[in-house]
Amino acid sequence: MLLVIEQLLNGLQLGITLFLMAAGLTLVFGIMQVINLAHGSFYMIGAYVGATVAAHTGSFLLAMLAAVGAAALVGCVVEILVLRHLYRRQHLDQVLATFGLIMFFNELIRIVWGRQPLFMNVPAGLNKSIELLPGLPYPTYRLVVIAVGLLVALFLWLMFAKTKVGMQIRAGSSNREMIGALGVNINLLYTLVFGLGALLAGLAGVMAGPILAVEPGMGESILILTFVVIVIGGIGSIRGAVAGALLVGMVDTLGRAFLPSLLRTILATATADSVAASLSSMAIYILMAAILVWKPRGLFPAHG
Amino acid sequence: MNLLMTRKQIIIISVALFLIFLPPVALFGGKPYLLSLASRIVIYALAAASLDLLLGYGAMISLGHAAFVGVGAYAVGILHFHSTAAEPLFTWPFLFAGSNNGLVVLPLAALTAAFAALIIGALSLRTVGMHFIMITLAFAQMLYYFFTSLEKYGGDDGLSLAARNTLPGLNLGNPSHFYYLCLAALFVFLFFAYRLVGSRFGLVIRGAGNNDRRIKGLGIHSYHYKLAVFVIAGGSAGLAGALLANQTEFVTPGLMHWTLSGELMVMVLLGGLGTLFGPVLGAAVFLLLEETLAMYTEHWMVYMGPFLVVTVIFAKRGLFGFLAGDKGKNG
Repeated sequence: MLLVIEQLLNGLQLGITLFLMAAGLTLVFGIMQVINLAHGSFYMIGAYVGATVAAHTGSFLLAMLAAVGAAALVGCVVEILVLRHLYRRQHLDQVLATFGLIMFFNELIRIVWGRQPLFMNVPAGLNKSIELLPGLPYPTYRLVVIAVGLLVALFLWLMFAKTKVGMQIRAGSSNREMIGALGVNINLLYTLVFGLGALLAGLAGVMAGPILAVEPGMGESILILTFVVIVIGGIGSIRGAVAGALLVGMVDTLGRAFLPSLLRTILATATADSVAASLSSMAIYILMAAILVWKPRGLFPAHG
Repeated sequence: MNLLMTRKQIIIISVALFLIFLPPVALFGGKPYLLSLASRIVIYALAAASLDLLLGYGAMISLGHAAFVGVGAYAVGILHFHSTAAEPLFTWPFLFAGSNNGLVVLPLAALTAAFAALIIGALSLRTVGMHFIMITLAFAQMLYYFFTSLEKYGGDDGLSLAARNTLPGLNLGNPSHFYYLCLAALFVFLFFAYRLVGSRFGLVIRGAGNNDRRIKGLGIHSYHYKLAVFVIAGGSAGLAGALLANQTEFVTPGLMHWTLSGELMVMVLLGGLGTLFGPVLGAAVFLLLEETLAMYTEHWMVYMGPFLVVTVIFAKRGLFGFLAGDKGKNG
């Protein structure tokens, strides 16, 4: 039972990371109607800048600020230099151009930081465990990640529901011609939304740094999971991003944790382990296919 | 009959002649290694041209085409594995001990890939636009992880083949023979695909690519047409994968990785979307560029990436469109 709670928390933590990625990406999809494969690069940049700053200054807070700033800055530059020219183009052009960006960023990272993965220490003071329940210690750092993610989700909700910028973003996602006609500076709004998405990706990257290895190409594995989240949740919908991220985080984590022992009860150990290995790595895609058959536009489609 | 050839025809015929006479020239010039590169180009050209059927004609932006290349390659690898291992592939309903015979393996590889395309296509084509892009990508990744977890067939490390497939009358270990086999596959595919897109069936596909709603309004179930073309493209990519497995004598899950899907897309775009012959040029340009840049720097992607971005933003018609000067393309 305690193991189940621990794995649920792990699932929640993966879900939160995915949510930070998906929230930015789904906004960019929903508002600009542009498909951006390079979103994972912002995550990678966040992780690298964070790891470097943390190694030099020893302060995780500074590392986080630097990572978030760098990712947002790179995001804005990419939007102005490349993405802005692609809004009116076909999805195919967007896919290819952002694929080019991925090649560029991955290789640039290899040039600057080399091919070896970086390792980032868990910040001092957070490298202990808290006993949540008797007999259930849980790493403090992971709890902090969960808390930060929840705070960001709350902040995003407040921003969308209560502020003027949030209102403009929502308006932009339902009708972008109209909001331009109403005198909102649409170029600036687009750059801001894109920068915000990159910032959230950078935050996800720096927070994942101490948990995963920081290496070139790390952005792609999370990007594809994020796509699954968005497909499940529905493009352009923040609510969908929350639901999809939690679902994918849970299914992936719980599948990896419990499928082997579950299958061992019906199959021979060796067979069970190999079946469980393939099944748990495919679980989220099977989930996606199932949801797709049931609701082709995702759980919470943004537009009508 | 118009006796004067158009620029388009001249280009196609000269490229075809160049490809046909390459082996004797390369061997005579003492550069046999060129043949291995040329075979690779021809194989990638086949995969890219099959992707062009989806991208350029049906506007189905599949970002998972490498999955079918990988399935075709694994079909070769697994059949070879069982033909050398003592263990048969399956014993029911009949004993099948694996095979290394190209007459069995190559069609089987294409059929397996076509079957994979049938399942993936049937699910993915329920969606359109961005959803379709992401879902094809996700399914390809799913297959990638599936083959990575197949410990029996090498898992992450892949499978080595002890020898290439056998074909009666040909020795595939001979670079020229192998090259001509790949070239024949490419020519046959291009011929059929060219006939296909000009047929009524092709008109429906192109119509659905332009305006799916209108095609449906005409009372045509475009879904079935799209699925059929998805299966054809998948099977052809599987054949390319089977040839690739023979060329490198090595099969890895890396063949399904989405970067290969992306590279195939790049070849289509570089060559010219919706031209079928363009992707052949695109594959040549991409692979030659990769070879050349890799000679100067291991970080060739740092140049390839921006080159790609600039090409997408400024050059819309691709190399073939540029050479052929055909302004009204992309039907």
